[in-house]
Amino acid sequence: MLEVSNSDAISTATNLQWHAKDLLDTDTLTPEEIELVLTTAEAMHEVRSRPVGKVATLRGATVVTLFYEQSTRTRASFEVAAKALGADVVNLTASGSSVEKGESLIDTIRTLEAIGADVVVMRHGKSGAPYLAARHTSASVINGGDGTHAHPTQALLDLFTMRRHVGSLEGKKVVIVGDVLHSRVARSNLWTLMAAGASVTLCGPATLLPHTLAGQGEHGRCDVTTNFDKALEGADIVMALRIQKERQNSGLIPSLREYIRGYQLNARRLQIANPGALVMHPGPMNEGIEIAPDIAHGLGSVIEEQVTNGVAVRMALLYLITTARAR
Amino acid sequence: MTALLFRGGRVIDPLHGIDRVADVLIDGVVRQIGTGIDAPGARVVDVAGCIVVPGFVDLHTHLREPGYEQKGTIATETEAALRGGFTTICAMPNTSPAPDSASVLRSLLETIARDARIRVLPIGCVTRGRAGKELAELSELADAGCVAFSDDGSPVADARLMRNALAFTGAIGLPLSEHCDNPTLNGGGVMHEGRISERLGLSGQPTAAEVSAIARNIELAEATGAHLHIAHVTTARSVELVAEAKARGLHVTAEVTPSHLFLTEDAVFGTGREAAYDTNAKINPPLRTEADRKALLRGLEAGIINAIATDHAPHAIEDKLCEFDEAAFGISCIETAAATVFTLVARGELSLATALRALTSGPVEAFALRSRVPGIGALTPGVSADLVVVDPSLAWTVDTAAFASKGKNSPLNGVELTGQVRHVVFQGELAHSLELANA
Repeated sequence: MLEVSNSDAISTATNLQWHAKDLLDTDTLTPEEIELVLTTAEAMHEVRSRPVGKVATLRGATVVTLFYEQSTRTRASFEVAAKALGADVVNLTASGSSVEKGESLIDTIRTLEAIGADVVVMRHGKSGAPYLAARHTSASVINGGDGTHAHPTQALLDLFTMRRHVGSLEGKKVVIVGDVLHSRVARSNLWTLMAAGASVTLCGPATLLPHTLAGQGEHGRCDVTTNFDKALEGADIVMALRIQKERQNSGLIPSLREYIRGYQLNARRLQIANPGALVMHPGPMNEGIEIAPDIAHGLGSVIEEQVTNGVAVRMALLYLITTARAR
Repeated sequence: MTALLFRGGRVIDPLHGIDRVADVLIDGVVRQIGTGIDAPGARVVDVAGCIVVPGFVDLHTHLREPGYEQKGTIATETEAALRGGFTTICAMPNTSPAPDSASVLRSLLETIARDARIRVLPIGCVTRGRAGKELAELSELADAGCVAFSDDGSPVADARLMRNALAFTGAIGLPLSEHCDNPTLNGGGVMHEGRISERLGLSGQPTAAEVSAIARNIELAEATGAHLHIAHVTTARSVELVAEAKARGLHVTAEVTPSHLFLTEDAVFGTGREAAYDTNAKINPPLRTEADRKALLRGLEAGIINAIATDHAPHAIEDKLCEFDEAAFGISCIETAAATVFTLVARGELSLATALRALTSGPVEAFALRSRVPGIGALTPGVSADLVVVDPSLAWTVDTAAFASKGKNSPLNGVELTGQVRHVVFQGELAHSLELANA
């Protein structure tokens, strides 16, 4: 049923092959596998720059997006990516599906497999849900964000974007600021950035930091601090995270005002970082809260480019995973 | 009834300080312990290389009946306990209805009399419906036959209500077994707060939630003079607080589960990333750190912790085959409990004497059960015999599909353990035997 034509449109410079059935997080990826994703994404980026911007490489493959939580960019990005490769796409959300009738995740994923899904892209509100799904289906599962755990495709598109601007991440300082404890983006970024040899500083209010993640890795390192101004010293890249207003009600921050006072990425603070430092945000943004509007749309900002690159990186992942299935 | 002669085992009775190779003759009661016993007509069981000890006593078991029979019944879970070497278990009251009145307790006792394979001693509720609002009718429950009081997994959060409860249970003279937890600090965490919870993006239960509740309850035990039994201590600080309370002469006892002695938070992470978010390792209180595990072993060795209690918690498949946040808390462990403890002994992490004390005389003394069941937890000639024969060096692999328990929820499935229960005698009868079919 699945036919993967080895189109000459997509050529990668590496001999390494993708083997994993699923992409659940970035923490199991080797530096070589990350390199393979990024190299393939460069080829996809080139495809996207053509007048038509589509190939038929994944013709006959069925990609299902299964979203238990709302999403604009991740779901749309995956749909565009799959269609750009010629795959058939089915979009499911929890509302309007049998999930509302109480169908379990395992039953849903098995149903999708029986329908003929080759790849299921999943967004779920509970940490670890894609692991449960992946254990109970032969379809490939790509984690499109699970609870407060991981968002591997976001981390890979972030790394892709960084690489296009700063080259190698070896020895570069990346500051991730915000509600790191509850951020699936921050966690997945930490693993890819450390694998790339970067020095990552996780910064935010003490109640929103994963203090145990600090330490020296094989390639890079991770520091955890509450002092944003100090963290910004020598920073090459600053990534602000969305702060949820509910954190105030649960007592994790005194107020958004107090949060802004300590952790908003604004012009004054960006001055502390290295000249020309990249400004990133996984979206959706609360402009004026975690990031000042002039910075979000300023010279160093690559926030919109992150979204554009997301399509190329997701094309690369769909391509690698689907081709591995066909082998 | 055929008499039984266990020949050539290592007979250990922690209460009486017996530890020697001997024969044990049983004809309803323990008739004789000695060497070269000749008993014509007795069924002879060669137990050379095995340990012969009093039947194990569990202070903390979940039988699920009435109300949750899909998870377990008194028949299935007492059969599981029997296979695990237990001849007496104390049943926790988190059933539906909960035994918060004498009538519910009497009905429970009737089912126990009909279905239980071993001795089941029920624990009554502290508060009505275990809701933590109003006290249950404690003295009537005591008269109906409960051996302790507990609201099980629902801590008595209200400090004044807890003080009043202890004032009553102290006057009655029965232990109050408390799941010490501070719900507002715990915050609905699904595992231990630390390295693994931050890695997996799961909400964590901080150590301080347990420790602060223990500290509060010890103060209330002192103020009332009541007997506070601290269920399943899991942290190093918990052990220190219990030690201090005992040193000050308070009537405080404590138990630890085999799961917390054997496993750490790493079990949630799983052995490979594919196995991450193992809901079978989700337990309340949660599996803690390696430093905590070591402290629990030391606390047990030092006698600070009185007993190993299983917190056996069988669940139906669907209760665990779901997202980690949604999964039920608890491990089905009564069939593996003794083996995990013997594995710790084999690894040199726990002394044999301590392990056996914590499974026999330790729990009996903690709940003062000897006044209720003569001879329990010991091998006393002339007294009704509960006895277990364990091969301490036999290695076997856990297969949850083979559990007698309805609960197959164990993170130990496929794990090799050292030490196996071979025979169990309950009230003088061979109730379970791996070798002697149709026993």
